Amino acid sequence: MTTTILQLLVAGVGTGSIYALIALGFNVVFKSTGAMNFAQGEWVVMGGMISALLFAATSNIGLACALAVVIVIMAGIASERLVIWPLRRPNTLLITLVSIGLAICTRSLVMLVLGKKPVGYPGFSQVSTLVLGGVAVQTQTLWIIGLTLAFLLAMHLFFERSMLGKALRAAAADRDAAAIVGVRVETTVMLSFAIAAFAGALAGAIITPLTLSSYDQGAMFGFKGFSAAMLGGVGSLPGAVVGGLALGLLEAFGSFYISSDFKDAIAFTVLLLILFARPSGLLGRADVIKV
Amino acid sequence: MLEVDALSAGYGHVSVLHRISLRVAAGQSVCLIGANGAGKTTLLRCLAGLLRPSSGRILVEGNDIAGRSASARLDFGVTLVPEGRRVFAPMSVRENLEMGAFRRLWPRRDRRVEADMDAVFDMFPRLRERLNQPAGLLSGGEQQMLAIGRALMSRPRLLLLDEPSMGLAPRVVQDIFAIIRRLNQQGISILLAEQNANMALQSAAWGYVIAEGEIVREAESTSLAHDPIVRTAYLGL
Repeated sequence: MTTTILQLLVAGVGTGSIYALIALGFNVVFKSTGAMNFAQGEWVVMGGMISALLFAATSNIGLACALAVVIVIMAGIASERLVIWPLRRPNTLLITLVSIGLAICTRSLVMLVLGKKPVGYPGFSQVSTLVLGGVAVQTQTLWIIGLTLAFLLAMHLFFERSMLGKALRAAAADRDAAAIVGVRVETTVMLSFAIAAFAGALAGAIITPLTLSSYDQGAMFGFKGFSAAMLGGVGSLPGAVVGGLALGLLEAFGSFYISSDFKDAIAFTVLLLILFARPSGLLGRADVIKV
Repeated sequence: MLEVDALSAGYGHVSVLHRISLRVAAGQSVCLIGANGAGKTTLLRCLAGLLRPSSGRILVEGNDIAGRSASARLDFGVTLVPEGRRVFAPMSVRENLEMGAFRRLWPRRDRRVEADMDAVFDMFPRLRERLNQPAGLLSGGEQQMLAIGRALMSRPRLLLLDEPSMGLAPRVVQDIFAIIRRLNQQGISILLAEQNANMALQSAAWGYVIAEGEIVREAESTSLAHDPIVRTAYLGL
């Protein structure tokens, strides 16, 4: 009994970490533009598929994944420069709509360049499962949790300690005031796309050993991450973590105790419930403003 | 210090400023008075680089900066304290001041920033007490002090102030204007846009009156304060 629960817990935190990374991507772009970027899920797919391609060429998983992440970050920057930056009067609805177009284009390009077949590669460790206190754990799940933690910690330090991170927060709080103190606001939007692509690509690179990767998974990753972001509170970085983990755990326990047929339905049920009951999410709140 | 020459600007097809010309000599304190909607904020936004003028020149110490970006204006020593204060509400007081020195901290760190922050705290001791509080939780007067402090962190030679008295209690307004006079005595040139013409004319040496996007009068503040038309239209006398 307890081993089952522990096993579900580990699995839930593992998938939850992936959702947290995707949700973080949504939230970073939301903070800087006020819009939802629906191309977020495609970057997850790109991360996985490019890693697979590079692994086939180099047989070095670490190198393949690192290079793939760098390539996807460049794709994220290129997306912003080619599609968002040229908008003459960007508003949130326009950016959201454009991002849907960007998602469709990205998916088609991935299909044309990288093919339709699902691809994968082995886990990061030689041993695929460990038994810890009677609980069998996939080592890749531990990699997922550890790398996600490291990424979140790095993001926290970036936003709280570095001047560039503070500039991003300042531009999100007040674009004009940020321009007055010398922040180039368009550059902060580009930087937020780079961070979002980084988070998405990392998620794709570390989940592929468990699930394989194919060109058409982007929408599902996107919607799961979007649900997690909504659950935690849009625009809140801790919210992305809470929402992602909560969704991962709900899925793990729900599909075990109810039915695995409902696994994907759980995310959408959660999304609907949140939209009805608490649109600002679990950690969402109105920003403190006194005029 | 500043020379504005036949500046016109607007939003879309609506033109707001019509061939405005004005001057601020080095070390001078100048005020711009006018009713709500006369174009004061639009003019200051042009000077700070938030709005592209449609024509005209903006000379700062002889350099035309009309086409320069907002962040480049800081390098010419021009900084705006915007209307409505516009502090970064979710960020702490300290972070707001750091952001004021953004160009001096990124990409390379200027070590004198810490000392400048201390100078701001000496000027506004209340801000030191609230160092780690989110700026959005400060009172209106404290937010105005923070907005001025943030502007000072860029080491301006010309400080543009847009309605610093707006929404503040009379006593706080007195304090803010005392600070503005002190900054001017320290050698910073001042261009102050105000609806509160009385206070503005008392603290500045020279005044411009703006109405419907045009400069309609300019004179020494003392003589403007005695001008019958100014007295009826802007001083409520």
